[in-house]
Amino acid sequence: MSSRDAILGRVRRALADVRQDDTPYDEIIDRSYLREHGHRSVEETVDLLAENLADYRALVHRCTEEELPEVLMRLLAERGSTSVLVPPQLPPSWLKAVDATRVHDRANSTPHELDRVDSVVTGCALAIAETGTIVLDGSPDQGRRRITLVPDHHICVVRVPGQVVSSVPQGLERLDPARPMTWISGPSATSDIELDRVEGVHGPRTLEVVLVSGQPRAEVVP
Amino acid sequence: MSGTFVGMPAFPKAAHDAVNNPTLRGNLRHATHTIRAKRAKAVSEVSDWAALREAGKQIKDHTLRHLDRYLVQLEESVTRAGGTVHWAADADEANRIVTGLVKATGESEVVKVKSMATQEIGLNEALEAEGIHAYETDLAELIVQLGKDRPSHILVPAIHRNRGEIRDIFAREMSAWGRPAPDGLTDTPAELAEAARLHLREKFLRAKVGISGANFMVAETGTLVVVESEGNGRMCLTLPETLISVVGIEKIVPTWQDLEVFLQTLPRSSTAERMNPYTSMWTGTTDAQTADGPRTFHLVLLDNGRTDTLADQVGRQALRCIRCSACLNVCPVYERAGGHAYGSVYPGPIGAILSPQLRGTASEIDASLPYASSLCGACYEVCPVAIDIPEVLVHLRERVAQGGQVTRQGTKVVLKPAKGHAAERAAMRAARWALSHPGALRTGQRLASRTRRLHPRALPGPGKAWTGSRDLPAVPAEPFRDWWQRTQGGKENGK
Ligand code: SF4
Repeated sequence: MSSRDAILGRVRRALADVRQDDTPYDEIIDRSYLREHGHRSVEETVDLLAENLADYRALVHRCTEEELPEVLMRLLAERGSTSVLVPPQLPPSWLKAVDATRVHDRANSTPHELDRVDSVVTGCALAIAETGTIVLDGSPDQGRRRITLVPDHHICVVRVPGQVVSSVPQGLERLDPARPMTWISGPSATSDIELDRVEGVHGPRTLEVVLVSGQPRAEVVP
Repeated sequence: MSGTFVGMPAFPKAAHDAVNNPTLRGNLRHATHTIRAKRAKAVSEVSDWAALREAGKQIKDHTLRHLDRYLVQLEESVTRAGGTVHWAADADEANRIVTGLVKATGESEVVKVKSMATQEIGLNEALEAEGIHAYETDLAELIVQLGKDRPSHILVPAIHRNRGEIRDIFAREMSAWGRPAPDGLTDTPAELAEAARLHLREKFLRAKVGISGANFMVAETGTLVVVESEGNGRMCLTLPETLISVVGIEKIVPTWQDLEVFLQTLPRSSTAERMNPYTSMWTGTTDAQTADGPRTFHLVLLDNGRTDTLADQVGRQALRCIRCSACLNVCPVYERAGGHAYGSVYPGPIGAILSPQLRGTASEIDASLPYASSLCGACYEVCPVAIDIPEVLVHLRERVAQGGQVTRQGTKVVLKPAKGHAAERAAMRAARWALSHPGALRTGQRLASRTRRLHPRALPGPGKAWTGSRDLPAVPAEPFRDWWQRTQGGKENGK
């Protein structure tokens, strides 16, 4: 008998006392927990995201769509980055002001090659305000998981409020499980030494999040 | 399980040694109290905690009650997504499968992300025996591995080491494993973390095979989830060409939506964070064009005593555990005895109910584990899936003392009462230990009250003749100390 059959057989014997029922799964679990915690305006949700990101030591910047190229240029220059990794379909306008050499990720790029790049700029799938989390799902403006892992500096652009949800349940609803995903809440950290929090172990030690509002501020009608 | 740690003494002896180690006690106290306070704060931020806890319990219970169905569904989903599923009835079989898979790649080293399941089966040792080096990449696991030590906490495995000791281990041992520690390494945590980053980076970048566990497996989609902080998990899960995940069969949740419960309760319960820094989710493999992550993915489903545990109607709730370690941090016995005294990879309250079920109670350490608790109930209070640990402990004590039917490797066997009153002996020794440690005694007396019906009416051993014509006095329902506190020495009208 295969181990598969043996294990399944053991499971069935172990459950001999359990009455099997065919109630649909939806009706079995009491999901009376909240879909989101508290009521916030769209504006407040974005503020909460910014606050929670910063609380876990991400550097948060806010700007308009128009200002974005300028902001990205400044952030890379301040960091002294001479090379920047670019996912396959990052909106070209984002990096139009940037001097640093653009490095394009290819399927056969080796980890060592990625390790030589200073920074990476990506978009995201969505961001979760209550937990200060950004989610990457490998879409063309984010690229493969490894490109946001090996370089030491990650700049992630979040479109607000469109890409912001309040809570974990709302976030999962909008994501496609078939895609490889990384949820990021602050830069990598460890508390393994006497529970002292140290930022930056293996992932990027600096995480910058740029919250870009859809319209330039000047155009907002009073 | 592959067996107890070799030559492990019973819990009271091991605990006694630990209690006499002042460094260990100091570290443990600091650590458990710090996490405890932070956790309480993180939990209080979520107003619907009780509802999340109940939903988590229900999801896990439902899954366990239909585990055969969900295992088959998971196998289909993972296979459809490009993964290969293997089934391992016990530790040896799992080790054989993994060793074979690594050998087939032609590689002689693997990078590993912290996984309780692979520790449980002793995978590193099994690989080493076949000439394959397994590098632990979690900072704490690295400290443990370089220090030729054993982990002592689920979440902070090197909790028993302070910064000076860690510095010495790095300075002394790193060179034998790869990139040496930088000259003049000091004991500041940031410098130590930097040394680990440099040491491990060369291993990550060249690794061809990664080995992991998983926190959750979603049956309907075939998605695996790994929750971590440092990024070493992401390295192991995305850079290698081959990924092998060894996961206990109880880690299944039915649907993608179910993650909304556990991704809220797990980080807050374990690291006391709103969310841990990194969570990776993957579903099989991606196509050659996307090339995101390993091209080959193997999932090894591990039984190793889990189906035996499932057969126990009281004890099966232990399989709901999501390994958050909250119960360790609130446990007065763990705080004093430390993780090593439990003689297994699962320390603390959860270890006291899981190890004896996964391994049986044949060894002295496993027979004494159900007694390694004061039954104060703090573990149950904090458990995010509401495992009634005291209930299971009492049940297992009864089993040790009185014998009864259990399932071992899928076969029902009847246990005799522990021979020569080993159970009483274990209990007596635990009592002696508690009596010499007043802090533990305070809560420990509740043990006696809650296990009253298990107490022998006659004394074992040399005391037997004395009780031949007398009964032992019954233990009162409430310990004197509790009564005193509750009623302020009888001033209040409490009975
Ligand atoms: S028993 Fe509960 S509290 Fe303890 S580790 Fe498991 S889930 Fe966490």
